[in-house]
Amino acid sequence: MPRQPMPEQPAGQRATRFTEVNLGYSPELARQEALRCLECAKPTCTDTCPVGVKVKEFVQLIVAGDFMAAAAKVREDNVLPAITGRVCPQEDHCEGGCLLKKRGESLGIGYLERFVADYEQQHFDPAKIVQAPPTGKKVAIVGSGPSGLTAAGDLVQKGHAVHVFEALHEIGGVLVYGIPEFRLPKQIIREQVDYMRAMGVEFETDVVVGRTITIDELFEEEGYDALFIGTGAGAPQFMGIPGEHLNGVYSANEFLTRINLMHSYEFPRYDEPLADFRGKDVAVIGGGNTALDAIRSALRLGAGKAYVFYRRSEAEMPARAEEVKHAREEGIDFRILTAPVEFLSNGDGWLRAARCVRMELGEPDNSGRRRPVPIAGSEFEVPLSVAVMAIGTNANPIIQSTTPGLNTNRRGYIEANATTQKTSRRGVFAGGDIVTGSATVILAMGAGRRAAKAIDEYLATGAW
Amino acid sequence: MFKIIRAEFLAPGIKRFILQAPRIARRHKPGQFVIVRVYEEGERIPLTIERADPERGTINIVVQSVGKTTYLLNSLETGDSILDVVGPLGKPSEIAKYGTVVVMGGGVGTAMAYSTAAALKQAGNRVISVVGARNKELVILEREMGEVSDLLLVTTDDGSYADKGFVTDKLRQLIQNGTRIDLVLAVGPIPMMKAVAEMTRPERIRTVVSLNPIMIDGTGMCGGCRVLIDGQSEFACVDGPEFDAHRVNFDVLVQRNAMYRVAEKRSLDDYRQKTASKLEPAGVCAGEGDTG
Repeated sequence: MPRQPMPEQPAGQRATRFTEVNLGYSPELARQEALRCLECAKPTCTDTCPVGVKVKEFVQLIVAGDFMAAAAKVREDNVLPAITGRVCPQEDHCEGGCLLKKRGESLGIGYLERFVADYEQQHFDPAKIVQAPPTGKKVAIVGSGPSGLTAAGDLVQKGHAVHVFEALHEIGGVLVYGIPEFRLPKQIIREQVDYMRAMGVEFETDVVVGRTITIDELFEEEGYDALFIGTGAGAPQFMGIPGEHLNGVYSANEFLTRINLMHSYEFPRYDEPLADFRGKDVAVIGGGNTALDAIRSALRLGAGKAYVFYRRSEAEMPARAEEVKHAREEGIDFRILTAPVEFLSNGDGWLRAARCVRMELGEPDNSGRRRPVPIAGSEFEVPLSVAVMAIGTNANPIIQSTTPGLNTNRRGYIEANATTQKTSRRGVFAGGDIVTGSATVILAMGAGRRAAKAIDEYLATGAW
Repeated sequence: MFKIIRAEFLAPGIKRFILQAPRIARRHKPGQFVIVRVYEEGERIPLTIERADPERGTINIVVQSVGKTTYLLNSLETGDSILDVVGPLGKPSEIAKYGTVVVMGGGVGTAMAYSTAAALKQAGNRVISVVGARNKELVILEREMGEVSDLLLVTTDDGSYADKGFVTDKLRQLIQNGTRIDLVLAVGPIPMMKAVAEMTRPERIRTVVSLNPIMIDGTGMCGGCRVLIDGQSEFACVDGPEFDAHRVNFDVLVQRNAMYRVAEKRSLDDYRQKTASKLEPAGVCAGEGDTG
């Protein structure tokens, strides 16, 4: 039986709006899809899930028609199922090893997870959420992105008092400033956060730990017993090529923050502006999810031509497979084996064009991927109104520079034990992109889970 | 929500707010700023902290009406609230005993300079303050600056108060008089800071300026505030806002600050149309002010 396709907005229609592309399974489609599960004796799906969702069990509950029980089963391991169901690169995890792939498409585990999460949201009663008996211990979570939220969700269910500090004015971190509305509606994040509030988690925005208050002060003056740092990679990387300071050249973080967090796509109803590139050409440099989010957002905002410049070949692109597919359908022009070498000015401080080179693949580099090498004499110009740099991020230094004794690696990322997420400071744990460099939501969540477990043990035993 | 304990105009279009912000007040150091979002649909903008009172848990910010957000903010009164105030952001001023320091404040930049001047005085420096404004009404914080200075010089462009001229005229006089100057701090409109830098460059006088690029998050996450320092990109919100004036590319700062002129004009025009029928608060000056 082939996979039940996910209902989608048609590409022509969705390319001009920010409403969600995927529309979700109906209960009938979900049950049909769930029936495809082979109920393997030794399923690889759970083993390859960074948070350990019990896939076989929740899928069987869908087959049985008990969708709320299926959601509860997912929640045993995943506190953000409506989010992971939408943004996880399932092809790299649960769906990657699914036996059904040998004969066709894997089980639509992500689609099913999304289905039960959305179903639960529509049918649950917040009054029914039971808060665990208090342990009397307080945990501070720094950062309300996926790793922080996950750690918070696990810890509050153990009975600890959990307080999440967020630097921005909205909860969600990269979920809210990085991932666009058409992939992850803000309403979904709000609902998942409200569920956490019902579990007893407290949230506070406008607090930049390291500036508004330090980690030492959180321990000494505000009485926290343990602390988790999930501040994200959050410092944009630029190529360092000439012209990167021109008006119209953005980091992906800025471009997406203006659009997603500050609603620039609704200017002038919202005040934060964005460069006006309607009918003009936009390029994103990079091949990850961030790059695709940026260029698909640009398309929806009226870009004429929308390019992806990626210096390696498509096989090396780290973006989620479904996003690449959706992007192509929407008309994004993928210029692979292409990289800019200079941004050219119109004489008035604005970007006019990018001078690019063609690349060919040479020997593998540190990441194991074949290193791109410029082809001499292949330079050409591409007229552009806006260029978005989505080539990765660096470690934001604020916490590291204001927390004595917190060890970091050469690149400024916080050193943390791979199993316990413990840092070099007693009582301080860290996880997600601030430890690993930019990765995915689900990997950050995995770190949040491991940290919560280790924090719980630390609070119980006091042993470090 | 951050409550406005007191709001008062210091000059036409320049308002001082005392805000309830206990954590920011406790950690504030001179040279730092806050990022503010006035209301739900508003943009995030950086604003200068004039001073903090850690015991009362308050901070003072000084705001000049330039575009929609600052006009809107300046229409708020005692008892109103601002939705989001984040800080203290930026690297604090480097306070040390330099010897003789000249602190120059142009327009609303004086509010930022005040805090550093006070700290420099406390650190044992001889502080010469130069405060400049376009005209008499726009001179702000004269008394406050006087309290933390060994010598206070005031200039107005049109001569309507104190000495006619620019703050750079006073600096030139000090240099020509042979005054030994160990440090100059200049905070004000970009043309002023640039002029100060050019004046001290041949004299090899260490000069620091506090830059005012467009910002959004203020925590080093987006790179929108990037400035060129000796040709290298640095972020004003985490590497600054103070930089060695002789290494700053002021032209690129002007260029980047002009990026949203069209949208800004539209927002301000829309806002003015909407509020045209309402009584404007006394003393609001229309349209002028420091750029960027």
